[in-house]
Amino acid sequence: MYDKGKIIGGLAVFLCLASFPVWYTAASGKADYSPNPVLPASENQCVESAQYMKEYHMQLVQQWRDQAVRQGDSTYISSDNSSFDINLTGTCFKCHTNKADFCDRCHNYTGTAPNCWDCHNVPPAGAQPQVMK
Amino acid sequence: MNMDRRSFLKLAVLGLLALTARPALDLISKPSAARALDGPFSGKRLAMAIDLNACTAGEGCIDCIAACHSMHNVPDIGNTKEEIKWLWEVNYGQAFDDQENRFVKEPLQDRRVLVLCNHCDNPPCVRVCPTQATWKREDGIVMMDYHRCIGCRYCMAACPYGSRSFNWRDPRPYIRTINEGYPTRTRGVVEKCNFCEERLADGLQPACVEACRTGALKFGDLKPGTELYDLISSQFNLRRKGELGTQPQVYYLM
Amino acid sequence: MIENIFRGGKTYWLLISGLLVLIAAGVAAYLQQWNIGLAVTGLSRDVSWGLYIANFTFFVGVAASAVMIVIPYYLHNTKEFRRILILGEFMAVAACLVAITFILVDLGQPSRVFNIILYPTPGSVIFWDVVVLSVYLLLNIILGWVALDAEYKEVAPPDWLKPVAIVSIVWAVSIHTVTAFIYAGLAARSFWLTALLAPRFLASAFASGPALLILIAMAMKKWGGFDPGDQSLDKVAKIVAYAIIITIFFLLLEIFTVFYSQEPDAMSHFQYLLFGLNSHYGLVPWVWTSVALACAAIILLVIPSSRKNHLTLALACAAVFISIWIDKGLGLIVPGFIPSPLGNITEYTPTLLETLITLGVWAMGGLVLTLLLRVVMGVRQANK
Repeated sequence: MYDKGKIIGGLAVFLCLASFPVWYTAASGKADYSPNPVLPASENQCVESAQYMKEYHMQLVQQWRDQAVRQGDSTYISSDNSSFDINLTGTCFKCHTNKADFCDRCHNYTGTAPNCWDCHNVPPAGAQPQVMK
Repeated sequence: MNMDRRSFLKLAVLGLLALTARPALDLISKPSAARALDGPFSGKRLAMAIDLNACTAGEGCIDCIAACHSMHNVPDIGNTKEEIKWLWEVNYGQAFDDQENRFVKEPLQDRRVLVLCNHCDNPPCVRVCPTQATWKREDGIVMMDYHRCIGCRYCMAACPYGSRSFNWRDPRPYIRTINEGYPTRTRGVVEKCNFCEERLADGLQPACVEACRTGALKFGDLKPGTELYDLISSQFNLRRKGELGTQPQVYYLM
Repeated sequence: MIENIFRGGKTYWLLISGLLVLIAAGVAAYLQQWNIGLAVTGLSRDVSWGLYIANFTFFVGVAASAVMIVIPYYLHNTKEFRRILILGEFMAVAACLVAITFILVDLGQPSRVFNIILYPTPGSVIFWDVVVLSVYLLLNIILGWVALDAEYKEVAPPDWLKPVAIVSIVWAVSIHTVTAFIYAGLAARSFWLTALLAPRFLASAFASGPALLILIAMAMKKWGGFDPGDQSLDKVAKIVAYAIIITIFFLLLEIFTVFYSQEPDAMSHFQYLLFGLNSHYGLVPWVWTSVALACAAIILLVIPSSRKNHLTLALACAAVFISIWIDKGLGLIVPGFIPSPLGNITEYTPTLLETLITLGVWAMGGLVLTLLLRVVMGVRQANK
């Protein structure tokens, strides 16, 4: 290999830089905690089971979006046959009244920043969502 | 690499097919629009009639505009350059520029006319949208999907009525009181009147129709036999820019 | 081949640095636009397309103009074009990239641009524009690179290159026709609703593109040791001459139709553009400058002695390029929106940030073109 030293050296530098997020976070201990979202006191069951929501709530909200907006159907029938109004502010925040203590906990931990809140209103912490006036 | 032309072509075609598989499947498997709209407004063709003789916009009334804009979190940016408006008033000559006629009935000439999205039956905005962020629903409403809009503003160029507004910046700081029950929009998307489709789903009249103090605004299903049908078919009425073939569904009673 | 981009004299590195500075300024300005929104531009509710889309339209034309070298060379055996053919193809690549980038900076939600692919809408002209522009970019990259590679290895290009070139000829016409269709199919905008728009686009493209090509070839002769040959330049100059004459003729056709018919809706946009309307004169100096430049260019290009003189030829080509940039850019987009559908006149002036972003995109195209042509020069110098 021509310029073996430079190439191996360059590759090493590149790998260090590229993997920076991984080893830096591990070394700094910033992620050394469990994001404990505060569960609602009232309800025990979300729209679907907790396990399902943990894995699929992202896909579920997208399904809700398409169903409500594009198909005009704003009623969701869950897997145990209860019906829910498809409404991010009005339904989800009825139980999960504190975004900072629930949604943001995991979102901040994983470094995701869903932009739903640019449009969808977030009721003040602890307050019940207000219906359409 | 040592690949002969034949294998390369086979690979390329397979690759192309793989790329087109998803969109092709989406195209042919479009789910039939679940018609979950119940109540008195699940009709085929929703339309609006505006009685220019009863409307008091010329005397300073803006009840309908205030109701619409406050309910739907329409921001007040404060300058005409970036303004966003779903429903507003203009002069008779501006609304009906094809009716050049100095002998138009005196009171009409000086009227202020309410203008809004006409929810056309043959909407050019729907035709041009490259992502189907705007589409015509079965009941006649021309809908907006703010999630899908890429902000190309082709629809704004295509609308012959100037009904569409664009969010040139984040609108939230410019909304006096946010109505929590309805989402705001974000910067970079186009918006317009939606015939209050969210209220229709609950069996309510559009906000402007309900707010009108003189009953100048009428809304409903334009099927033979309905109140709206009888009203529009019995009174002389104009539509804006009828010669363009857009088939607007806002009828101005003269 | 590519290592040539790291070799160059003082002029070369000066050019690259200048372009990088402009690109950096453009990126910084775009970050402002990304954070605040398109409110940083001079656009408004009435004039919702401006400098970005104007430039997009213009540079699609420049990209399509490569066909004016490809057709004579491949279909009519014009051997004189052998050396400048690759200039045309690489100019098309750079112009295509510039056009596509202008669309991207104009979008309100650019991160959602792939929705055009995820939700294909065959009824929308923009969908087809994305398709044809992407394919055209690919075609010209292939045409240019394969031919250059063959030159580097000092062999004839592969046989399949000619059919690809034929396809690119048809495709070049399609990209500009589809771009014209974006405007020409809108009943709402009578300034654009004319079947003549696509022919106008093609004619002005075939004037402005080859004019730029001549300037590039002259620059390469002066600073790159590349000689395109006087005969090829003269042939291209004649193409520019015919094309700019046809462009002006088409403009006069539009003016006749509009003003002889006296149809108010059609007239108002041309009145604003040419004479001003209701005390708004924003575009009047621009359009008459464009007309004057075009007339001067026609005279210089039609007279053989001034066409063959390299100084006057360069001036004429610059005049054609600027004239058509005005006419097809701001002179096409803005009057479409003035007066508005409700009869309002909202004038449009690009802001500083908008201008910096535009310069940055131009510089990006310039950088791509410089790098590609540096490789061409390297290959040709090595072969001597």
